Amino acid sequence: MPDGQAFLEVKDLKIHFPTDDGVVRSVDGLNFKLERGKTLGIVGESGSGKSVTSLGILGIYNHRNSKISGEIWLDGKEIVSASQDDVRKLRGNQMAMIFQDPLSAMHPYYTVGHQIVEAYRVHHNVSKKVARKHAVDMLGRVGIPQPDRRVDDYPHQFSGGMRQRAMIAMALVNDPHLLIADEPTTALDVTVQAQIMDLMHDLQAEFNSALIVITHDLGVVAELADDVLVMYGGRCIEYASAATIFEQPEHPYTWGLLGSMPRMDRPVQERLVPIAGSPPSLINLPKGCAFSPRCVYEERTGGLGTTVVPELTRAGGTNHLVRCHLPTEERQRLWVEEVKPKLEA
Amino acid sequence: MMRKSRALVAGTAALALTLSAAACGGSDDKGSDSSGGAKPEFNAALTQVYNPSDKKGGTIRLANSGDWDTLDPGETYYGYSWNFLRLYGRGLLMFKPVPGAEGNTVTPDLAEGLGTPSDGGKTWTYKIRKGVKFEDGTEVTSKDVKYAVLRSIDKETFPNGPAYFEGFLNLPAGYKGPYKSKGVNTDSAITTPDDQTIVFHLKQAFGGFDYFAALPQTVPVPEAKDTGAKYKEHVVSTGPYKFETNELGKSFKLVRNDKWDAATDPNRKALPDAYEVQLNVNADDIDNRLLSGDLDVDVVGTGVQPATLGRVVGDPTLKASTDNPTLARLWYTSINPTVAPLDNIDCRKAIEYAADKVGYQTAYGGPLAGGEITGTILPPMIPGYEKFDLYPSADGTGDVAKAKEHLAACGQPNGFETNIAYRAERPKEKATAEALQQSLARVGIKLTLKPFPQGDYFSQYAGNPPYVKNNKLGMNLNGWGADWNDGFGFLSQIVDSRVIRETGGSSNTSVRIPEVDQLLDKASAETDAAKRDAYWAQIDKRVMEEAVILPGVTAKSLLIRPKTLTNVFVSDAYNMYDYLSLGVA
Amino acid sequence: MLLFIISAATFGIFYLIPRLVGATPETLATRYVGRAATPETVHLIAEKLGFYDPLWLQYGRWVKAIFVGADYNLGATVEHCPAPCFGYSFITKQPVWPELVDRLPVTLSLAIGAAILWLLLGLSIGTLSALRRGSFLDRSAMTFSLAGVSMPIFFTGMVSLLVFSYTLDWTAPGGSYTPFTESPSEWAYALLLPWLVLALQFSAQYARLTRAGMLETMGEDYIRTARAKGLRERDVNVKHGLRAALTPILTIFGLDFGLLLGGAVLTEQVFSLPGLGKYAVDAITNNDLPKVLGVTLMAAFFVVVANLIVDLLYAVVDPRVRLG
Repeated sequence: MPDGQAFLEVKDLKIHFPTDDGVVRSVDGLNFKLERGKTLGIVGESGSGKSVTSLGILGIYNHRNSKISGEIWLDGKEIVSASQDDVRKLRGNQMAMIFQDPLSAMHPYYTVGHQIVEAYRVHHNVSKKVARKHAVDMLGRVGIPQPDRRVDDYPHQFSGGMRQRAMIAMALVNDPHLLIADEPTTALDVTVQAQIMDLMHDLQAEFNSALIVITHDLGVVAELADDVLVMYGGRCIEYASAATIFEQPEHPYTWGLLGSMPRMDRPVQERLVPIAGSPPSLINLPKGCAFSPRCVYEERTGGLGTTVVPELTRAGGTNHLVRCHLPTEERQRLWVEEVKPKLEA
Repeated sequence: MMRKSRALVAGTAALALTLSAAACGGSDDKGSDSSGGAKPEFNAALTQVYNPSDKKGGTIRLANSGDWDTLDPGETYYGYSWNFLRLYGRGLLMFKPVPGAEGNTVTPDLAEGLGTPSDGGKTWTYKIRKGVKFEDGTEVTSKDVKYAVLRSIDKETFPNGPAYFEGFLNLPAGYKGPYKSKGVNTDSAITTPDDQTIVFHLKQAFGGFDYFAALPQTVPVPEAKDTGAKYKEHVVSTGPYKFETNELGKSFKLVRNDKWDAATDPNRKALPDAYEVQLNVNADDIDNRLLSGDLDVDVVGTGVQPATLGRVVGDPTLKASTDNPTLARLWYTSINPTVAPLDNIDCRKAIEYAADKVGYQTAYGGPLAGGEITGTILPPMIPGYEKFDLYPSADGTGDVAKAKEHLAACGQPNGFETNIAYRAERPKEKATAEALQQSLARVGIKLTLKPFPQGDYFSQYAGNPPYVKNNKLGMNLNGWGADWNDGFGFLSQIVDSRVIRETGGSSNTSVRIPEVDQLLDKASAETDAAKRDAYWAQIDKRVMEEAVILPGVTAKSLLIRPKTLTNVFVSDAYNMYDYLSLGVA
Repeated sequence: MLLFIISAATFGIFYLIPRLVGATPETLATRYVGRAATPETVHLIAEKLGFYDPLWLQYGRWVKAIFVGADYNLGATVEHCPAPCFGYSFITKQPVWPELVDRLPVTLSLAIGAAILWLLLGLSIGTLSALRRGSFLDRSAMTFSLAGVSMPIFFTGMVSLLVFSYTLDWTAPGGSYTPFTESPSEWAYALLLPWLVLALQFSAQYARLTRAGMLETMGEDYIRTARAKGLRERDVNVKHGLRAALTPILTIFGLDFGLLLGGAVLTEQVFSLPGLGKYAVDAITNNDLPKVLGVTLMAAFFVVVANLIVDLLYAVVDPRVRLG
């Protein structure tokens, strides 16, 4: 790779939407790298900027009313400054996306097969017949029984899990090197969730693609991700390997996320500890640390929390970055002495 | 519902036309120049021939905003249709196709001369010309005329036709026409001693029978070709033109009839090669097409739509291409002497004096389209007409002082209250009633407006004497037009007290003067036209003396003169352009 | 069944209601006799037209004629009106059915031509407007369509006749309809302006509908999916966006078109086109009840059929509606 660049490299990505009420800073200076065969989990509440990030990478945004800056390098090509048509040619081909709700994400008037064929033929100059054969193969590979028959069904004739498999088939039909999955399991019930995650895991291994999983659910991350990026208010607030995130997280927000993570070993009423307060407005971020209004430890920053925006700095783990005013030692002490015992209680 | 949308159409059109009037001014100059030397000016074709020419050929394009009432000569009952019918049918007599007052006289057509009365006017004899043929080549005989007259009597088949013949002919009792009363001897009414002679026998003497002989019902019909109510689809021509196509409700076309012999016909010029008539054409569109030259004649001949009127009034160039004939139609108000206090002649005279006739005229659309203020019942083109006004006022707006004098004489010095009836569907009558309400209020006469549906206006309300009396309808709006321009036709239905029926339905609602009835009888039996005509003015005056009719305006219409045609003049008989004489420039 | 109810209702409106408000058989008959008619003539005609019979008998006779035909006495002749005999005109002395059949092609020509134009115009303007929402094009298109929707046909029709036919002489004057079978070029020439005027009104409405529909569908998730596949923007808009936005428009189109086949009343009136709408207007103006009944029933038939076709088409267009 030239200049020792990673397969996917995002540098200081900003996506802003000027509106009548002010500028919505959905993504405000994001950096990360991802290699093929690896999985990055982007975690955050709704409105944290995680979905906008993925659409930004794919180049799906309204070019007339949004402002994007920074760099996105995919396999040595810079995407932000590339022409719309160049990005379009990459889309669905080099990079593909799996959406959250396959019922609304698939066109209700076209058969599943038609939609997969269409995705294939955009990037491959082949006959419909060839493309159809490819689509049937693909449906088979994602585990749809009798794919040669189901290929002519409409999305509404599929079950939820089957639809998500079809969606994955559609995304993978062109062997993309980068796959972005936006809440791929949210709309599914628990047993199906597990099947889909297994499927994605297997397929990633098979295609050797880079995978970004966008979710609010740390359970999904635990299952799939190598690295985890926690987003809050359009910015990265903690970045670490999955192991580090679960074993030695240092940001109070991440602690909150862990607390709200559903766990099989505890009764339902105890396992969800929501983070108090609501996500910040992306137009008027709180002064200082964006998380400060909801942070239990805000008073320990000596006023810094409400005045100065914290930098993303090295933390305890390897390749571990945290955006917090609290000193590293204090964060580690709080995790070990106060937070972790509560989570495990 | 239709009425409303029509009004909307007219209103919007007025707006549209005003907006674009300027754009059209230019194209009119170009059009009038092409009409061969004649100088277009207002009323240029009213009393003389405009753009005379003998040039043959071409096609005249006509349009009718409604359907033709019927092309069957036995049933048609519209002036325009009688005017037009002379192109394909020859009755015994016809109105002379010449401009001016002479156009109002009857002249021989199928007959060799006018009728010869005998038996004091009870028997009328006509000689038929030799050599007149139907379009299939068979010669017309007196029997064809007799058959035509008799079939028109069948009112179950021809309910819309005029009913003069069955009223006057001495028909066998219960005779219902040749379809139902097959084989019944009708010699008591009409005899045909030979193929060239036809004799009419009347129940009583009637001096004006020549007018009956000029009715289209005397146009011969070959019995073998008669299909009853369907005959109108294939009328067999005796005139210079015959039907080439006839699409009912849409259009028809007349082309030359090669069996017509000009030698047998002193009246018809037959200049164009064809006549094309479109039916059921949007009325505002007709006006626009006339002005643009895309159409020659609005065949109904009742004048332009309100939208066009506004345009013409404001544009001298446009006005120069119009004619403004007076019609044989009077808009008037009946003053009912059966309703107190109008049983007193002075109270009636007070109304005659107090009425504002300028307001009357305005309500009907002003001097151009509404009509001319009048003090007489007879319109000016009726032979025998005399101009007078028994209740004059300086500027036509009424004489308040005189009115008050008569009120005092009537014993109602402070005025009185009464009702005025009008037809609810007629905005002009409503406006008139309101104008009268205002002008009579000046002398203390209080009018209450009483609108009634026009379908039952005469049968149930204003023409129903018991209703009038019980509901105190002291005044009612009225209008009358004659079937032809003659005193009998004009007066007999509105001043003869004997037409009033207690069960309702009469147009005469207020005139009950025995002396007038006698005068009418004398006049109608008189076979000398000059003597007869003298009676009409006498009757007119006598009725006005009784102050039971308040004449308003004699109607006028505004016609767009066809700039593409020659020999254009207004017929005094039909008060529209004479359709027999037109040619294509 | 539905048509029977409509026919009975129409019959009731024109025959029963006049009776209820006090019209006698004679007053009904007065409309079909001349101004000089004697009471005897009126009586004769009321009897001939069957106005003295009880209403159910009159209706029954009318319905019977539809199935077995009827005979009409014309004086010198008797005319048989074969089934389907939708009445016999009191005034023109014509069976109504052949006249309806004769008028239909005119209305059909007008409706089809205008429909093609308004769909083309309306859909493209609406789509472009939605995709360039807020742009100059969008705003001017929507202003134009607001004007188009609000200006009635008798206004636009009259003005356009005045300008294009009588002043500029580009298009045919009113009342110049020629059947397609006689001369296709004259047919098109005569209908051009009516097509445009009628299409203007509808295309304005359809542009607004399409715009609203497109704005809604373009925000759907499947549009994002289509983009994510790397489809060209044109394909995203047309194959995915417009295709979905079209469904509700199709419903409205079916109903509009069905209604129009019953007679484009105002357009036919303004341009003097001898179609079903003009026929209906003339029939009502002349109080020709059998014609009014016939044309009403025909119009109702088209609306019912259009509804049926729309329902069937809906299943074709939207697979989710299909049974099974």
